[in-house]
Amino acid sequence: MKRDLLTIAAAGLVAGAASLAHAATLDDVKAKGFVQCGINTGLPGFAYKDDAGEWQGFDVDYCKALAAAVFGDASKVKYTNLTGATRFEALKSGEVDALSRNTTWTYSRDTDLALTFVGVNYYDGQGFIAKKELGVTSATELGGASICIQTGTTTELNLADFFRTNNMEYEPVPIENNEEARQNYLAGRCDAYTTDRSGLAATRAALENPSDHVILKDVISKEPLGPLVRQGDDEWADIARWTLNALILAEEYGIDSANVDQLAAGGDNPEINRMLGTEGEFGAMLRLDKDWVANVIRGVGNYGEIFDRHIGPDTAIGLDRGLNAQYKDGGILYAPPYR
Amino acid sequence: MAAADRADEPFRLTDIWANQRSRSLVIQIITLIVLLLAVSWIVNNTIRNLSDLGVETGYGFLWDPASYDINQHLIDYSSRSTHARAALVGFLNTALVAVTGVAFATVLGFIAGVLRLSPNWLIAKLMTVYVEATRNVPLLLQILLWYGIVVNALPHPRNAAEPVGGFFLSNRGFYLPRPLWEDGAWLIAAGLLAAVAFAIWFAGHARRVQERTGRIYPVLLVSLCVLVGAPVIAFFLAGSPVSLDWPELKGFNFVGGFAVKPEFFALWFALSLYTGAFIAEIVRGGILSVSHGQTEAAHALGLKPGRTMRLVILPQALRVIVPPLISQYLNLTKNSSLAIAVGYMDLTATIGRISLNQTGRALECMSIVLTVYLMISLLISAFMNWYNRRIRLVER
Repeated sequence: MKRDLLTIAAAGLVAGAASLAHAATLDDVKAKGFVQCGINTGLPGFAYKDDAGEWQGFDVDYCKALAAAVFGDASKVKYTNLTGATRFEALKSGEVDALSRNTTWTYSRDTDLALTFVGVNYYDGQGFIAKKELGVTSATELGGASICIQTGTTTELNLADFFRTNNMEYEPVPIENNEEARQNYLAGRCDAYTTDRSGLAATRAALENPSDHVILKDVISKEPLGPLVRQGDDEWADIARWTLNALILAEEYGIDSANVDQLAAGGDNPEINRMLGTEGEFGAMLRLDKDWVANVIRGVGNYGEIFDRHIGPDTAIGLDRGLNAQYKDGGILYAPPYR
Repeated sequence: MAAADRADEPFRLTDIWANQRSRSLVIQIITLIVLLLAVSWIVNNTIRNLSDLGVETGYGFLWDPASYDINQHLIDYSSRSTHARAALVGFLNTALVAVTGVAFATVLGFIAGVLRLSPNWLIAKLMTVYVEATRNVPLLLQILLWYGIVVNALPHPRNAAEPVGGFFLSNRGFYLPRPLWEDGAWLIAAGLLAAVAFAIWFAGHARRVQERTGRIYPVLLVSLCVLVGAPVIAFFLAGSPVSLDWPELKGFNFVGGFAVKPEFFALWFALSLYTGAFIAEIVRGGILSVSHGQTEAAHALGLKPGRTMRLVILPQALRVIVPPLISQYLNLTKNSSLAIAVGYMDLTATIGRISLNQTGRALECMSIVLTVYLMISLLISAFMNWYNRRIRLVER
């Protein structure tokens, strides 16, 4: 019921949000003193609460990076937990300044929903997880099964397309969030759960016996996940976009949280100097501080550090870089040059 | 007289203010104009702001393919169907749970209400516990509780329980054989209609005979026999034109047959229990409102307690019961919008949640949902008001 009220209230706020979209979001954020960031309600690795009750995660670190870019302090950020159904309304209405919630970049979301995607922080695909005892090895063997599916997502649409083109029947079991999916899947209400493969890895890691569950090898869609902001404020979109690019570029040039202070003092590499503010006035082009990139790296590290910290091979989630490696290392992560 | 005096004076504008009736009329007209201006300003502002934001408005999206599947649909539906059809499917699901919920809640409520007045201490206390417990726990929690019980306590389809041969109980649903209508099945429907007509005629005939001669025919028994017997006879006359589609376990799930899904069951059961508790209290209040003198007079005339309740108390109690009963039916219908919490695709879930999120048209989708619920509520209200008018006491 709360989410229904939120939708209606957000729809009403759309009327008043016109002023917010045209006025500079950067000024509003600076006046507030913090960035309001929309994140997941709880997805291991991407957005989760640690033992101290603080939000951490791969997507959460992007929010912290944005705060570090604007304020120089990665802690000047407040979080709003959003479900798949409420995330876009919250962003459009101005309730959050940016959305970092493992959201797939699609044509209709970019155009019809009047949102702006600022890049891809994780190249993913949709897959299935099923109990090993079912003896299923491929998604094409799932005909007639019950499949848990989150409502209001691209996963829902891809699932319908996949089963229709393969002439298979299935029973969709609609669920609101990852936690409900886990409960229904474990209770046996559904045979398989489908979502982005990163989400599946996160879910499996949190189960009691991860080896009893198998992530099927089929990848049935492209899911480029990335942060997004409202349409209409190009400056704020540029700040969001270049924050993400800065994280990727920092890893490409070998800047990490350990050596950022030393490199910020000046060095031989002109690209590093430009990024960390030793050369040129690049920060001012976005109305940010000269050393905004250095602040970001000090606050959260570079892309590789964020990845390894939350979803890397050494964590419970255990994902390989795969497509998400730098282009020099065989992946497709490629940020434009900082000049 | 004031009228005669005023006829001599010339008409002044302030006379409108002096006269109470015309003053109130002017105030109402001014208020109405202000209200209309306020509403039109809000609507105008919304439309202008939406177009400034670049957000498209309009109901054209309803004819685009919905691209998502719905697990329970009373009419044909596929992911290629339009959003409008998805909304219709949702509406039919809401209607299904509302009608079955109202039926069960009424039965439950009347039984619980009457039993709570029973002289048997144990039964009265049990009903009290039921009413107080379900009334005071939020409905959403009860729905989630029943859903959790069904999904966790019942076995997986591969180990499904089979209480009677061919009927399967699992945590994916209760599977029954489905009747398949073949040629000649129309005879059964015709037989049923004829039986209904006969039952109505017989009730009237029995009443006339009773008034003339005082003899009482067993109307209920005869009507039941005819209502059951005639279709059965028609069935055999037509050569058994109905075959059964038995549910079978194929792979992951049961195929064929008719399924009562755990989502529907949890929603229906929780709604009926919750609303039934409120109806029980209404019924109990209605029965207690009838003066005890009526019961005593009926007993003095030699009427048995069963006849007293049915012929003397309940008709009078119904006048008190029906108005709050209307609001309970409306509550049940509106509470059914909690369906999305357990994944039952009612109107709010399809057009109000999934379609809304996939297309981004919040205002249009919400307006459809609100309008439909308003129409359903007004229809139920109108019907019950008609019934109320029919049974009310005509004052002298």
